[in-house]
This record gives sequence, structure tokens and C-alpha cells, in this order.
Amino acid sequence: MNPHPPSAAVILYYPLRSFPPIHGIPMKKNAESAWPDEVHALLSAAGVRQVAIVPDAGHARLIKLCEKDKAMRVVRLTTEEEGVALLAGAWLGGEKGVLLMQSSGVGNCINMLTLPLACQFPLLMLITMRGDHGEFNPAQIPMGNATQVVLEAMGVIVKRADQEEDVTEMVSSAMRLAFNTYRPVALLIGQRVSGAKDFRKLTQSVSK
Amino acid sequence: MSKPMGKLLRRREVVKYLLADRGDILVIGGLGAPAWDITNAGDHDLNFPLWGAMGGAAMLGLGLALAQPKKKVLVVTGDGEMLMGLGALATIAVQQPRKLSIVVLDNERYGETGMQETHTAHGVDLAGMAKAAGIAQTLAVRTQAELSRLKQRIYAGEGALFAQIKIDPEKLPLVLPPRDGSLLKHRFRAALLGANAAHQ
Repeated sequence: MNPHPPSAAVILYYPLRSFPPIHGIPMKKNAESAWPDEVHALLSAAGVRQVAIVPDAGHARLIKLCEKDKAMRVVRLTTEEEGVALLAGAWLGGEKGVLLMQSSGVGNCINMLTLPLACQFPLLMLITMRGDHGEFNPAQIPMGNATQVVLEAMGVIVKRADQEEDVTEMVSSAMRLAFNTYRPVALLIGQRVSGAKDFRKLTQSVSK
Repeated sequence: MSKPMGKLLRRREVVKYLLADRGDILVIGGLGAPAWDITNAGDHDLNFPLWGAMGGAAMLGLGLALAQPKKKVLVVTGDGEMLMGLGALATIAVQQPRKLSIVVLDNERYGETGMQETHTAHGVDLAGMAKAAGIAQTLAVRTQAELSRLKQRIYAGEGALFAQIKIDPEKLPLVLPPRDGSLLKHRFRAALLGANAAHQ
């Protein structure tokens, strides 16, 4: 016999059949966040010219700001590793760049990271997390869970920002590490900052 | 070392010809034989030979070409290396860098690993793929006359260019550039940007 039977209160509070489906923590609108504007201003002040992207919803506003900035060249990639090579070329030519991507693209970059590691190229990677806080999609979990470990296994310096108010300062710090010490640095921007995709809402909006 | 198999162009002669009187052109060499080929033509501060990063040569060239739009940039790479990064053809076509040339020395083999066949040995048309991606000028080169036209176009620098040169699958002695990536980077930047580049 179970020596610790669940109390009636717990059973009443969590009746199994009425467990609410969890569809993810609603996404905050980036427009409400100050960090994309602040980060764009930081990149601009640092003289970042090439902005290599594979889009993520968490980067949507920052990408828009970079596209509007006439001093920046936004380079859309077919896969994230292209950005690693692109930005090595940029530095060879005297320009700074940034790679904006989602954590699921980290796996695509691993061997190409040889280039900045073996040649001591600065590389600033701003990576918005999936498979993290409040994830709904099981397919996002393996890469999200492994993102930091595989980057560190390659020798990339990894920093994290999990609070909205920390993002700008952490970008500034990662940027200085990358460009002052000539190495690849990744800042992981947690899913808690931008919110997880709310699949229930998206499903409803399509079916209505 | 194997002997040439007939009328195909020979890689060392092709690269020597393309780099003769090179002026201030910036040259990237894809890993393996193309890196040895550009070194054989004369090690140069404005050469950046790759020792790794397979599939990245063309994108490295794009980043350099965007940073230095007034300079001509030549990427010399192999068919295996290009096949690993085909998406770059689309990315480059969208950016349309005016003075970037990608030249693929196509021996239809993975030369460094035992001469195994690549897809181009089975009809994959790299120049056709580059054209379909939207790269402004694409050329398939098999003869000295075509090579001569290619050289004129590279040095004219009038639009993104992609060329696939069919070459003899000969195995040649390696001609190694320096291996220290940091040195290769520094000497390239110093030659291109001036001695102060090290203080950037």
C-alpha cells in the first residue's frame, strides 16, 4: 500500500481529465521590448557593416532595423555556416559583422567554426533560443538542449541572457570579447526573453 | 605522380595563367589542391589559402568582396568543396557582388582522399546551377581559348562570375602555403589594409 497517498486537495486541484493543454508561453511582441533597438544602436556604433541572417521570430525587429540602416548590409543565408565563412571574409576585408540566428542553426555551423578558431577571426553570434523556456515543439528540444554544450565543445565562448533587461549589456559584452580578443563568441538569448511560440493561438487564427 | 590523361586543361597551368600579372586581385584558395595550386603560382600576401572550412570558400569570397567592393576577388576552389556549399551560389546571386569571381577546378574527384568521384563525374552541372541561381556570368571552360576569355572577364570585374573548368584528374606534389591561420590572416590584412590593420 502506498504510504503516501495523495491528499484529496491535490486530486481536486489537478483532476487529470481537465489538465489544461500547454501550448507554450505566449510570445511577447518584440515591439514592446527595448533591446532590439538598443542592440541595433550598439552594432551601429561599433561599426558593424555585414549582418548575416537566417531569420528567427526573436530577431524579427532587429533584422528590420538592420535592413533600414543604410550603413548595414543584410545578407540572407541558406544555412548558418555560410555566415561563419562570410564574416571571416568580411574581417579579412576590414569590416565587422554579426550573425543573427536561431539555436537550431548552431548544429549547421560546427565544422565551419574551424575558420574563426584556427585563424583567430572575431565572430559575434547572437542566437535566439528554441527548445528552451516553455517550448511546445518536441523537435526543437534536442538542438536547443545541446546548443551551449556543442558550441563550448568547439571552443566558442558562450554567454547567456535570460532576462530582457540583460540583453543589451550582454550583447555589448559579447561584442567586445569577440572583436577585442579575436575569437568566436556566442550570446544565447533565452526563450524567456522573447517568449515561446503559442501554437494554440496560431492554430486558432488559421482555422477561424 | 600520374600523367595527364589527354587534352584536358592542367590545374597548375590554369592557375598560373590566371594569376600571372595579377595586380592587386585578392585570392582565396579552397582547401586541398586549389590551395596548393595558388601557392604553386607564387605564394603571395594577398592569397588566403584555406586549410579547412570545406564548403566555405565562396562565402569567404563574398564577405571579402562586400567589404572591398572596389577590389577584384577571385575564389579558386574544387568541385568537391563547391558541392558542399551549393547554397552559397544562391546567396551570392542575391547579393550580386560586382567584382567577385568563383572558379571551380573540376577534376570530378575528391583528390585529397583517394580520387573518389564527385557528383560532377555523373553529370552535375555546376555552371548550370550557378546560372539557375542567378549569378550574372557563368562559363564552362574546357579549352585554352575559353580560359583566355575567362581571364579577361575576371580582370574586367563587371559582375559576379562563376566558372567551371574541366581539368585533368592528375595527382601532383603538394605545394604548401604557411599553415598558421593567424599568420595568413595578418599578412593578408596588412597587405590590403596597411600595417595599422593589426591595431583594429
